[in-house]
Amino acid sequence: MRFKSTLENYLFILPALVIFSIFYIYPFYKVFQLGLYDWDGISPTKVFVGLGNFKEIIFEDKIWWYSMLNASYITLIALTFQNALAFLLALACDREIRLRNFYRVVFFIPPVLSEVVVGLVWQWILDGNYGILNSWLVKLGFPHLVRNWLSDPRTALNCVAIVHSWKGFGWGFLIFLAGLQTIPRELYEAARVDGASAWQIFKKITLPLMIPVMVLVAILTVLGTMQAFVLIIAMTGGGPGYHTEVPVLRILASMRGSSRFGYACAQGISFGVILVIVSFIQYRFSRRAREIY
Amino acid sequence: MKKGRRFIKSFLKIKICYLILGLFVINGCGSPQRLTKPKPTITVWHWMTDRKDAFLELAQRYEEKTGVKVIFELYAPSDAYTQKVRAAAQGNTLPDIFGILGEMRDFASFIKAGYVEDLTDEMEENFAEWKNRFFKKALEVNEFTADNTYGVKPGIYGVPIDIMTIQMVYNKRLFKELGFDPEKPPQDFQEFINIGKKIKEKGLQGLVSGWAELWMIDCLANNFAFNIMGKDKVIRTIKGEVPYTDPDWIKVLTLFKEMQDAGLLYNGIVTMINKTAEQLFANEKAVFAFNGSWCVNVYRGMNPDLDYGVMLPPKVSDKFPRSIWGGAGSSFMVNANSSFKKEAIAFLKWLTEKEQQIFLSEKTFNLPANKDSLGKIHPRLAEFADDMELTTHPRIWGVSEFPRVIEAFDKGIQSIIIGEKTPQEVAQEVQNIKEKELAKKKGS
Repeated sequence: MRFKSTLENYLFILPALVIFSIFYIYPFYKVFQLGLYDWDGISPTKVFVGLGNFKEIIFEDKIWWYSMLNASYITLIALTFQNALAFLLALACDREIRLRNFYRVVFFIPPVLSEVVVGLVWQWILDGNYGILNSWLVKLGFPHLVRNWLSDPRTALNCVAIVHSWKGFGWGFLIFLAGLQTIPRELYEAARVDGASAWQIFKKITLPLMIPVMVLVAILTVLGTMQAFVLIIAMTGGGPGYHTEVPVLRILASMRGSSRFGYACAQGISFGVILVIVSFIQYRFSRRAREIY
Repeated sequence: MKKGRRFIKSFLKIKICYLILGLFVINGCGSPQRLTKPKPTITVWHWMTDRKDAFLELAQRYEEKTGVKVIFELYAPSDAYTQKVRAAAQGNTLPDIFGILGEMRDFASFIKAGYVEDLTDEMEENFAEWKNRFFKKALEVNEFTADNTYGVKPGIYGVPIDIMTIQMVYNKRLFKELGFDPEKPPQDFQEFINIGKKIKEKGLQGLVSGWAELWMIDCLANNFAFNIMGKDKVIRTIKGEVPYTDPDWIKVLTLFKEMQDAGLLYNGIVTMINKTAEQLFANEKAVFAFNGSWCVNVYRGMNPDLDYGVMLPPKVSDKFPRSIWGGAGSSFMVNANSSFKKEAIAFLKWLTEKEQQIFLSEKTFNLPANKDSLGKIHPRLAEFADDMELTTHPRIWGVSEFPRVIEAFDKGIQSIIIGEKTPQEVAQEVQNIKEKELAKKKGS
């Protein structure tokens, strides 16, 4: 009887398992396998180099690590600025305010726009010669701040990070709002009856109950931002120099620019492993945070 | 009795099923010759959005003439096209005719993998009638000579459809506004720098080009390098015999710093894509542009009244002749595994005949690859074509620089322009990467 039930369970998950294996596990295995070869993506012959590509990525490819650093910086901005903004706006929209539904729609507009369009529009806003930002700075009496925002190595990465956050905060907003709406209103009412202040209510009710949602948003933000690519290619193409290069751009450069498919596959696998490790660390931290609260 | 009937019934059912299946199998395995022979259909993959309509019209004309159907399939942008062709090669699903975008190294890989037909015999047929149609420079890009370092059997592997040169263009109206003679563009680098200073004084913008796309920086840097040190030294550098820290290479890098210091380069040029550069020049927001001959069509579309002239990049030295990048703009290759190889070659022969080449040139404002078709071209295009003899291209040098070295060199120039690094620092960095790549090559 038990055997039959187990078999039944396995039969139910079999279709999903087959699809997952075909579309995820097998491609992953193939990419890893290609990462062990020196291959230009065209020749029928591949040269086996073992872990040589991985060794090169870890110990010799400085630009790869620089691109990782850039992606980490953009992620940091997204984790703090973008998510804080999303959370605050979600808190505001969770209250009984006028035009609440209108704000919800407005805040969700940036994520649904095409990344290429957003990149090109912001490129135009930040243009050093005819950009709106510079024009406003002059009108407002700050001509000394005028610069070519995307070609200046001091500002290019910050601009990309801010635009990325602007584009992405709507997702966090939506998830936070959904999370806030699951908190029973009775808890707030009881706390108010007991004389709790707004800050106490936030600290003792909202925050602890929102931690699982915050973890989810944080993990999604890290995974989404580390893999940012379209926006950057539309805004700066990775330049000036290597100042806005990110790992996905490097993978593309290895594949297309250098015709090193094997190396690009190894970069892809290494990047995937790094993301898994980061997500795992985040998950562990979140568990601890939940325990504290 | 009943059992017996049921058995016979089910036996008959099974028999009928097998019979139907058998008919399907026989029909499927039968030779196609037994049916009416279908008209040959040639499929061509290309990335040239601007030539889409002209190609379709030519395909129709060809079908009317020969009965052979030609299907042009457009895959744009060129990056997506490149990936499509690579993926098709891996899956052995390449069309009858296709183009290979990329460096000579990639072209060689396709040939060595057996995907590209050797067209030498066809080209040499009838006293090289087909071969002699083309500009020599256009054919060179598709040719592997006996001394090629790629390990490819010598021969001609592609058919040029059009040619291009990459030069400078200048806005004649803005030139006048600056107080210069619009018919006398700068000839040497000093004159160019002096104009830059005037541009800065007047608050105008100087040179635009798609320098976020690294190959365009590489192109201008190579123009300067050929003029300063000559082709041999450039080739010896690629071979690893001359270091990038050589004073001549530092001079090449310094020229970019001088252009920036003189105010010649457009503010933000290092993150500019060529489409933006074309828009800026067409809208008279910049005095100069560094662009290829395809720009004639682009500018015409953006601003038909734009008054501009074509000039060679300024001369830096008298030691060696000036060189510009040029040769075949786009070429087609025949799939060596195609079932319609003969038909594909016949179509390409027809496509490169004078009449079709004139049609393509008139419709798309590109320079024809057939040298007898230059008669009726746009005057700006003629200016680009005038300097065909000065053209060179990395694809005909016989050796290729390591992609990482090219990237470090071009990104280094970006760093010089934004004032982050000196030419000496960049030269040293490039040389370090070069040495690493050479060591790796030796090791393998």
